[in-house]
Parts: sequence; structure tokens; C-alpha cells
Amino acid sequence: MSDNFLAGLIGKSQGAGGARYKLLAFGSLILLFVVFSLASPNFLQTSNILAILQATSVNGVLAIAATVVIITGGIDLSVGTLMTFCAVIAGVVLTFLGLPLPLGIAGAILAGAGAGFVTGNIVARLRIPPFIATLGMMLILKGLSLVISGTRPIYFNGTPGFTSISQGSIVGTVIPAVPVPNGVLVLFAVAIVISLVLTRTALGRYTFALGSNEEAVRLSGVNTRGWKVAVYTLAGAICGIAGLLIASRLNSAQPALGQGYELDAIAAVVIGGTSLAGGSGTILGTLIGALIISVLANGLRIMSVPQEWQTVITGTIIILAVYIDMLRNRNAS
Amino acid sequence: MTDLVTMRGIDKAFPGVRALKGAEFDLRPGEVHALMGENGAGKSTLMKILAGIYRQDAGEVLVGGQPVDLGSPRAAIAAGIGIIHQELILMPHLTAAQNILIGREPRKAGGLLLDEVALNAYAADVFKSMQLSLDPRTLVGSLTIARQQMVEIAKALSFRSRILIMDEPTAALNDKEVNELFAIINRLKADGVGIVYISHKMDEIKRIADRVTVMRDGAYVGTVDARETPISKIISMMVGREIDNEAPAAPDLSAAPVALEVRGLTRATQVRDVSFAVKAGEILGFAGLMGAGRTEVARLIFGADKADSGEILLGGKRIDVVAPQDAVRCGIGYLSEDRKALGLATGLDVRNNIALASIPRFSKLFGILDEQAMHAAANEYIEKLAIKTPSDRQPARLLSGGNQQKIVIAKWLLRDCKVLIFDEPTRGIDIGAKSEIYKLLNALAAEGKAIIVISSELPEVLRLSHRIAVMCEGRLTGFLPAGAPQEDIMRLATMRGAAA
Repeated sequence: MSDNFLAGLIGKSQGAGGARYKLLAFGSLILLFVVFSLASPNFLQTSNILAILQATSVNGVLAIAATVVIITGGIDLSVGTLMTFCAVIAGVVLTFLGLPLPLGIAGAILAGAGAGFVTGNIVARLRIPPFIATLGMMLILKGLSLVISGTRPIYFNGTPGFTSISQGSIVGTVIPAVPVPNGVLVLFAVAIVISLVLTRTALGRYTFALGSNEEAVRLSGVNTRGWKVAVYTLAGAICGIAGLLIASRLNSAQPALGQGYELDAIAAVVIGGTSLAGGSGTILGTLIGALIISVLANGLRIMSVPQEWQTVITGTIIILAVYIDMLRNRNAS
Repeated sequence: MTDLVTMRGIDKAFPGVRALKGAEFDLRPGEVHALMGENGAGKSTLMKILAGIYRQDAGEVLVGGQPVDLGSPRAAIAAGIGIIHQELILMPHLTAAQNILIGREPRKAGGLLLDEVALNAYAADVFKSMQLSLDPRTLVGSLTIARQQMVEIAKALSFRSRILIMDEPTAALNDKEVNELFAIINRLKADGVGIVYISHKMDEIKRIADRVTVMRDGAYVGTVDARETPISKIISMMVGREIDNEAPAAPDLSAAPVALEVRGLTRATQVRDVSFAVKAGEILGFAGLMGAGRTEVARLIFGADKADSGEILLGGKRIDVVAPQDAVRCGIGYLSEDRKALGLATGLDVRNNIALASIPRFSKLFGILDEQAMHAAANEYIEKLAIKTPSDRQPARLLSGGNQQKIVIAKWLLRDCKVLIFDEPTRGIDIGAKSEIYKLLNALAAEGKAIIVISSELPEVLRLSHRIAVMCEGRLTGFLPAGAPQEDIMRLATMRGAAA
């Protein structure tokens, strides 16, 4: 791995003061671990850590999708219902049509990419602001999921291997003491691949460039619309993976699920230090953001803090994170 | 020797404006050709056509003697034309090398991955050829404006540009940085690159340019030798001979009290030690070129920005203005340059726009608004200022520019302002409405309001002002009486580094 990739992963290369902030987010995560492990002996047990990681997998993958869009200066409110839409498509391919598992996986990811392609065109060619475009797509996809599934959950009982996508543990078969669920491996794999895409490929370069100054990119003779569509398509494909993870965990596609997931995903992105103004951000930051949210939920639950208060605390942290981001930008300029 | 560029008979119209009428320009290899003219003369429009950003309505462009169609920035780049915009167009979150090669990144692994090593090496080569020491991996956002400009120049050169357009390249540079820029320009000249140099600054033109082409009102005026032609001759080409202003006879204000006084107002490099006074009943015009700091002075007086030092006196008493609400409370009204964005709530109707700065006056018990009183007040001003609107419930956005301007004026009159600052009061307004606004300003002055008018159009300043203050680069370079020759104003407006 080159310095550049590592720098991209830990967030040194993008944005002045970024490294310090990343340390802050990471420091907060460590602090949470220390506090919760002092508060409860159960917190640091392997089974609990694995539960936290498993709980992070779906939101983490969705947050990665949201990250690439947010770096372009856009926003994606449709990641949650797109995830469900992709799960439903997997259900159609595997359960309704009875096709083999690889086709179900491909179907879900392609459905995600297709929906992302549509969103991208609405944003880049019809010039609808991303907030509105993805709000519309959020509702369209929610409705389509209900229509296609006939408003009933689709179960994957006919595809025995399906649940192991998220719940099985390849690691566990090798090292039985640490049965890291496959869903967590998927999350890490997606994180590494998308980090590579962002730091090493032309698509990644244009993702940052569009968010930094779209007009500059256009005047450099780059096809900005085409690349923007590509970014949304990539984000859609990642949502497809999230759809597979959640369907595998529930052993079913739940068509009514999904709305609200986009807010958790965006929260993770923001806590992870990606600027909503675009132009900067890292996947590692987003992973840390997603982990902070799950660790909080898990730790507060172990400490018997009621669910209602967990929500209040998460909200407070989002506002704090954005405020810190603003301070950072003010200092940088 | 074939000319690098020949532009002939270029016409370009924008909705409501003929920006270019038969404009001409040519550029030889290894020369710096200055393009001069007042604000709005069409210099930038002409160069944007050459850079493929606009397309001309008529006329032809030849590059190296061959007719070319520059329909897009990409086509212009391919024809060897690079442009350094006045507002630098870079991506602050990317490195210098990434900015230079955006859209042309070297690849590896069969085109799948970017070759960052080759990218940085390429940029380093370009910097070396410019004799510029700059790490290609530096984030552009962390560079000074001067360095960012060097990155833009490097980017243009990396396309093997033989034609380089620089639009006001020294606007944000200090003297040392200007010297560095000129050193690079001289090296490029020696390599045979032709440079179009848009600038207002006479001393720079004398230092760097070989020829000067002057434009006025979108048309070609003439081309002269930069070194042999006296500055006064170039200025008179820029302003033209016809002076059609009926400058108002300045009223006798010797007995009038000073309404607003400003002492030593300073903010960073934008406003430097500005002091002046306006009397009740006086119209003080502010002339200067774009970026001279006139709007910045107005924003400081209005509290929209914070001054580093200096004081503001109203009726002889020092006032503390830290936010616009303080200025409004003291009776200072500011009519901004950009009405739509800053002065007018376009979604609201005429009545609410007029009442916007005086809402507390119309609030009854529990903050309920007295619509009848608002209606009466709005109608009073609709009549007084002759605002053409079907009713006071008409959405403000549906009115013409002139009438929108009147609404903003009405807003401040209703608020009973003693001092009114007009920033580009007639921008985007047609000629008929212009003279109405002029009449209105004169009437307001006759009523005893102190009025400050900022305008980039010299004829407007001349026609309105009882006295003219001229600014250049944040400094007040002098005061002139009503009806002063345009040449005198231009001289003060280009007095670089001079103190008042």
C-alpha cells in the first residue's frame, strides 16, 4: 500500500486539520470503550464486541454509500429504502423465481446500481437538487418495494445458504474463539474497496473534485455529469450490498423496513468528519462514526439507559460533530 | 510571422445587453498584449469567447491563421488556449498536481488505477520549467492566492498552451508577488507564448505590455504601442470623448450639518484608512474600479462586516455598529449591489417588503401585525415613488428591476433613514427607469437625506454626485468636485499604492 492510500484511509490527505479531527473522532470512540468497560464488565466480552460489530455492518455499509455522495457535495436520502428495494429484488430472484444464490446476489447489487443510475441522472441531467431528487427516490423505492412484494415479507427458506451471507462465520471455522460474523467481513471489504476507489482511481479523484469545485472540473474539460452519475451508481450498488446483509440477517426481505436508516447513515458520515459541504471525507472516518453510534447504543443498553435517552444522546452527538466540523473549517480558511 | 490569434467582427448579445459589437483582437507569438477598457467594456466577454466559455453570435476566430470553432472549454484547450480567471477556478481540497492534471490523470494497472507517482513527477516538471519551487503534493487550499495563481498558470502550460489569457492577474497580489509573476511572464514570452493581459493598472501595463488594445462599450477602439503611448492617451481612448452628463449644480451645503463621518476605517487589505464626511442633503459619489473597496466600505458602515479599526460618527456622535441592526437603528439604510440576493425578499409581496425593516412599528398586542397600517404605509410610498404595481399584494419578484429598486428605497424611507447608501443603484435597470431613480435620489437629497452612491459607471457617478470620492485598492485616493473630467477620476482610480 502506498503512503497515499494509507493517508486516505486515515484521513490525512484530505482537508487541512483533518488528521487532528480524525484523532478526535477516534479518541471519542476509545473514550466510549473505556467508560463503558468500566461501567459494566460485560461490555468488553468477545460476544458483546462481536454483537457491536454485527450491529454496525448494515449501517456501516449504508454510511459508506452516503459518504461517496456527500463528498461530491450532494446528499442521499434514499439509501435506506434502496437497501430494502434491493433486498426485495433478491427475494424475487431467489424465492419467487427460485434461481441460484449468485444470481440473487447479482440481482440485488444490479438493482441498487440501476436505481443509483436513475438518481444520478435526475441530479446531474435534470439538475434537481440532490436533497429533492433523493427524497423523491426514497418514496418511489419504498412504494415499489411494497408493490413488488405484495406488502408481505419474502422469506429465503428456499435458499439455505442465504443467511450465512451475514450470520455465518468463515473466520469462526478457522479460529473458533473469535467467530467474526461474515457481515462484518463484508463491511470491512466494502470499506477497503471503496477507500481504494476514492484514493486511487479516476472516479475517486472526480468525486472529491466535484465536491471541491464543480465549475473548475467542468472548465477543465471533464464530463462532470457522467462522473456524477457514476458516483450515484456506485452508491446504489453499495446499497445493494447492504440490502443483502439485512435480508440475510432477517432471513427475509421486509418491505416496510428501510425508512429512517438513511438518517443513521448520514449521522455516521457526519460524526466521521466528512463535510456536508463536499470535497473532503474518508471511509475510515465514516466507519468510526458508525461504530460510535453502535457502541453508544450497545453501551447505554448495557448500562440500562432507556432507549428514548439513547436517541437524545445520539442527536446531541450529531450536533456536536457538525459544530466541530464548522470550527475546523473556520480555522482552516 | 503568423499571428497566434485573430478575432474579427465579434458580436455577442446577452438578454437585454449587447456585450460585444464588432470587437477585434489579435495576438502575436512572444508578446504581452494588454486589453483595456472600463468595467463593462466587454474585455472579459471577448476573452471568454476565446476560451470557449461563450460562443460568439457573429464574427470569426483564427488560431495560427486557421479558422476555428471554439464551442467548448475543451475545444479551446485543444487549440492551445489557456485562461487564468480573475476568480481562480481551482479545487481547494485537491493537491497542486491533482489540480493541474484533472481530467488527464496518468493511469496504471491497465487504466484502472491512478498513477500518483507519475502525476507528481509531471507536475514537478512543469513547476521546474517555470523555475517555481512548489511541492506538487501541497493542498491547493493551503496555498496563498499568488501560489494558487501559479498553479493555474502551470495547469494552462501543461496543455502546451501557446496562448495564455490572464484576467486581472495581479488583483490580489502584493508587490513582491507581482514581481514573481512578471518574471514568469517574461520567461513565457521568451518561449514564444502569446499573453493576453487584462488589467486596469496603468503602471503594470507600462512595465509588462508590448501593445495595448482598448475597448469601449463592447467595441474595438484601437491598438497602440504600450511603451510609446502616453497614459493620458490610453485613458482618453478608454473613456471616449463624448461627455453627456448634465452634472447637477452642487447645492450650497456650507451651512448644512455633517450627517455621517467616517474616520480611519480599516479592514485587512480591503479597506485601508478611509476617512470622509457626508453632509445632510449631499450626494457623495464613490468611483473606482472593480475591487477598489467601495462596497467593502459600505458594508463596514452598515455593520455587515467588522472593521479592524476606525470610527463612525452620526450627527457628530460616535456610534457602535457591529451588526446591520445597529446601523438600521441609527437610521442608516444600505441598498445592496445584488438586490435579489441581499435587498429584496422576492417571495414576499410589495407590502411586506416595504414594511420589512419597520415591522415592530406595525406590531400590535401579541405581535399581531396591523395589516391595515401596513397597507396604508405601502400605498403611501407606492404613490410617492411611483412604483408600478397592480397592488401592494403583488409578489415583488414579478416587478421590473427599476420598481424592485424603488421598493427597497421605500423600505428604508419608511424606516426614516437619515443616511442612505446606494450600491450600484441602477444595475440591471433599463434606461428609462434609470433617470427616474436619478430624479428620486436628487429629491431625497433635497429633503435633507445624506446619500452615498457607489457606481462602476462613471457617467452615473458624474451625473448624480455633488462630490466624488475615488478609491483604489482599498485607499481613498482623492476627492473631486461635481463635473470633474473623467480622465481625472480614472487617474485617481488607478493610483496604485498611493495614499490619500
